[in-house]
Amino acid sequence: MSSVRTAAPPRGAAKPRSPMAAPRSFLWSRRIFLTLLTGFVLLPVFVMVSSSLKPLEDVSGKFRWMPSGLTIRPYIDIWKTVPLAKYFMNSLIVAGAATVCSVVIAVFAAYAVSRYQFRGKRVFTVTVLSTQMFPGILFLLPLFLMYVNIGNATGIALFGSRGGLILTYLTFSLPFSIWMLIGYFDSVPRDLDEAALVDGCGPIGALFKVVVPAAIPGIVAVAVYAFMTAWGEVLFASVMTNDATRTLAIGLQGYSTQNDVYWNQIMAASLVVSIPVVAGFLLLQRYLVAGLTAGAVK
Amino acid sequence: MHSAKEPSANAPETERGPRRRPGRLRRIGLPYLLLLPALLLELLVHLLPIVIGITMSFKELTQFFIRDWGAAPWSGLDNYEIAVDFDAPVGEALLHSFLVTCAFTLLSVGLCWLIGTTAAIYLQETFKGRGFLRALFLVPYALPVYAAVITWGFMFQRDNGLINHVLHDQLGLTDSAPFWLIGDNSFVALLTVSVWKGWPFAFLIMMAGLQNIPREMYEAAALDGAGMWQQIRRITLPSLRSVNQVLVLVLFLWTFNDFNTPYVLFGRSAPEAADLVSIHIYQSSFVTWNFGTGSAMSVLLLLFLLAVTGVYLWVTSRERKSAHV
Repeated sequence: MSSVRTAAPPRGAAKPRSPMAAPRSFLWSRRIFLTLLTGFVLLPVFVMVSSSLKPLEDVSGKFRWMPSGLTIRPYIDIWKTVPLAKYFMNSLIVAGAATVCSVVIAVFAAYAVSRYQFRGKRVFTVTVLSTQMFPGILFLLPLFLMYVNIGNATGIALFGSRGGLILTYLTFSLPFSIWMLIGYFDSVPRDLDEAALVDGCGPIGALFKVVVPAAIPGIVAVAVYAFMTAWGEVLFASVMTNDATRTLAIGLQGYSTQNDVYWNQIMAASLVVSIPVVAGFLLLQRYLVAGLTAGAVK
Repeated sequence: MHSAKEPSANAPETERGPRRRPGRLRRIGLPYLLLLPALLLELLVHLLPIVIGITMSFKELTQFFIRDWGAAPWSGLDNYEIAVDFDAPVGEALLHSFLVTCAFTLLSVGLCWLIGTTAAIYLQETFKGRGFLRALFLVPYALPVYAAVITWGFMFQRDNGLINHVLHDQLGLTDSAPFWLIGDNSFVALLTVSVWKGWPFAFLIMMAGLQNIPREMYEAAALDGAGMWQQIRRITLPSLRSVNQVLVLVLFLWTFNDFNTPYVLFGRSAPEAADLVSIHIYQSSFVTWNFGTGSAMSVLLLLFLLAVTGVYLWVTSRERKSAHV
């Protein structure tokens, strides 16, 4: 089955699976299951939104489904209680840079694996894939020491800097990105780029004029994945950042102080930091399914 | 055609051969040049740290040697002996945390798979609201881990959380408001959050897998008089087999290594009932500053994961072979 064509159905076109009418038992079980699941999924979202609009007394005492009075104060205060804007910028710089670098590097690597035969190809793909199974904690200690030592020896500040975090994050998404793009590039007909080569394009020209445009859904999917990985990472951010470079993942902990936990502000801040990724993800989710279909699920 | 674990078989390339290509494409150096950035980064951030990690596990590495870890004295297998001495406190705690992690992973992966697959099958058909539900179900996957887990942490608060309000105040199911983030209940809390966060990935992969099933198969089955439940059992589920094999493996590895969820939910030291290995190693290394033992534990964990993955791949590839004969 040619994946490119079946992979990306036109927007909104949902093809029926079966020409038969669904039996009653199917419809009822579907209704019940999907209702329960929707409740499960929405519960924290409801808590997040409603608590972010409550005064502090409401979130400090017994939980109430309905707030005693609506207020947008938390949304104003979140920027003052902790330097949220700074953390936001840090996260944006780190995740953005990691995404761009990771996608570019993955495109080149996947193109090489998809279009060329060379010695060590299998070793490369297997090694890249197997790094997926390593526990993050295994890298944490050595990378921590490496960055500190590199800093001491050369003066390049990797530890505690955004650069170190970017470098770390971009390699986290790299293996999956390469793997997915290989599958995607494989599904782009080879005749297309061979034709481009005959027309006088170099191999890199063929990559950017033919293969990349044809594989846009896969590339978008990989970019979304890379961005989300970096935006949500906690472990390395907790060890490898300082006051100036702290990302949102760690910065949000600042809303609980010794005496008070500002739950309404925490919820407001969580919502604010979630909106860009969730909006971006939902806009691009069709690409993600299409990308997975051609790349990973083969 | 479903070669799950072969990233690129590249059958067409060998058939067609390089001879049809213009000369400059055959330049030997080019593929290596294209791979170079990826290779360098993988070496620097993945392979080198692993080598260092393994070396560290044979050293007596405490906070005194952080500035110059190479100078730390060799200790042979001491760290490993401490880690696997199950009668002593360190080993006993590691074993306990390993068993907790296994139970947690099995339950979480099982539930994520079940919910994700069921949802994907129910959403295969067109109906009103399908597009909306599909988007909604991906929200837990898209939310940054810490934002979602912090919210669950709020819901699980003893005095001002939603869970206790519903269970105790509204339904009266418990005599007194239970603790969820300390004590035995913390396992349930962690599992709930993990499933909430993880099942959409199974859903996503399953939806992608379902798109690969040709409609004609269903049409043919319907002509033969197969009802919808029969079609699901005979066509949908078997067609998802190879997708399943990758999905279960990936879910297993991610859940087993998950650090973010317990760390955000419980902080630097998790309650005993929910003490996952990754948190446990973090605690041994960065809180009690025992880097050597922490590295030995990481290496043991890696060996375990390699063994499980190896066996899993072996079993599934054998299955696939026999299924194709």
